[in-house]
Amino acid sequence: MVEVRTRPGIADPEGATIESALPRLGFREVSGVRVGKAIRLSVDAPDEAVARQRLASLCDALLANPVMEDVEITLTAL
Amino acid sequence: MAATVGVVVFPGSNCEHDVVEAIGALGGTARIVWHGSATLGDVDAVILPGGFAHGDYLRPGAIARFSPVMEAVGEFARSGGPVVGICNGFQVLTEARLLPGALQKNSGLRFLCRETTVQVERTDTVLTSGTNAGDRLVLPINHFDGNYLADPETRRRLNEEGMVALRYVDNPNGSVDDIAGICNPEGNVVGLMPHPERACDPLTGGTDGARLIGALLGTQAPRVIPARLSTAESTPTSRQTA
Repeated sequence: MVEVRTRPGIADPEGATIESALPRLGFREVSGVRVGKAIRLSVDAPDEAVARQRLASLCDALLANPVMEDVEITLTAL
Repeated sequence: MAATVGVVVFPGSNCEHDVVEAIGALGGTARIVWHGSATLGDVDAVILPGGFAHGDYLRPGAIARFSPVMEAVGEFARSGGPVVGICNGFQVLTEARLLPGALQKNSGLRFLCRETTVQVERTDTVLTSGTNAGDRLVLPINHFDGNYLADPETRRRLNEEGMVALRYVDNPNGSVDDIAGICNPEGNVVGLMPHPERACDPLTGGTDGARLIGALLGTQAPRVIPARLSTAESTPTSRQTA
């Protein structure tokens, strides 16, 4: 899974809007809401390191815009 | 200068006809170029129009960047050819890294469709050569992702190297440093969120955009463009070059 998130320090108006609605719903203990994207995909690779490296280049080329987004790659063997 | 303009159309572009209309009305010739084309043909300038190229899937401009025509656009831009990205076209130019920074969701999370006033900052670009620094132009905006951002180093460069072409007088979307349009250091690649092509005819509310599109065509931007009664009259009859 590739998680694409707005980089720290860059405004996330969607997260801020969700967070501002929380006190009214009684979730006063929740803070730091950030909205991102989760992209699930399968990679055919000989090992985890290769899969991670291929995904990192894919993120750089397409899945994320490094100007405003960070990625976190989580791999699960199938 | 430029008189034949290639207007690149991606699946999901929707402002190409406004651009073609404006070019014709200002005495230029417009040629539609499909995104799947590997070449631009014989054009003097290129416009990437507004819309939702490839559905804006993933991020606006993210997929469009990989359309075959973008390689030709990049080459044309690097060789000094005039390239202008309007709205979604601006987003495509940043994604293609022909211009720095990126455009994120408007700070108010609203789609904005209204007139804005922008101030000209730089006049030696292919789009603003018909204006004076400090001129104020009224142009419509029509976007959800128009909030320009760039890292501190890029911002410093934009401001110090005169790469800010237009600034909002009353920032509508949260863009850093009120940026409405930027250019590359050479001034031949310009991206802007407002739509100058929709402000080229008094019928649609104003003609300030004609000063920008007219400059791109290399024509003397007329002070007042006569309102046209039929589209037949938009066929270019004379081509004025500067």
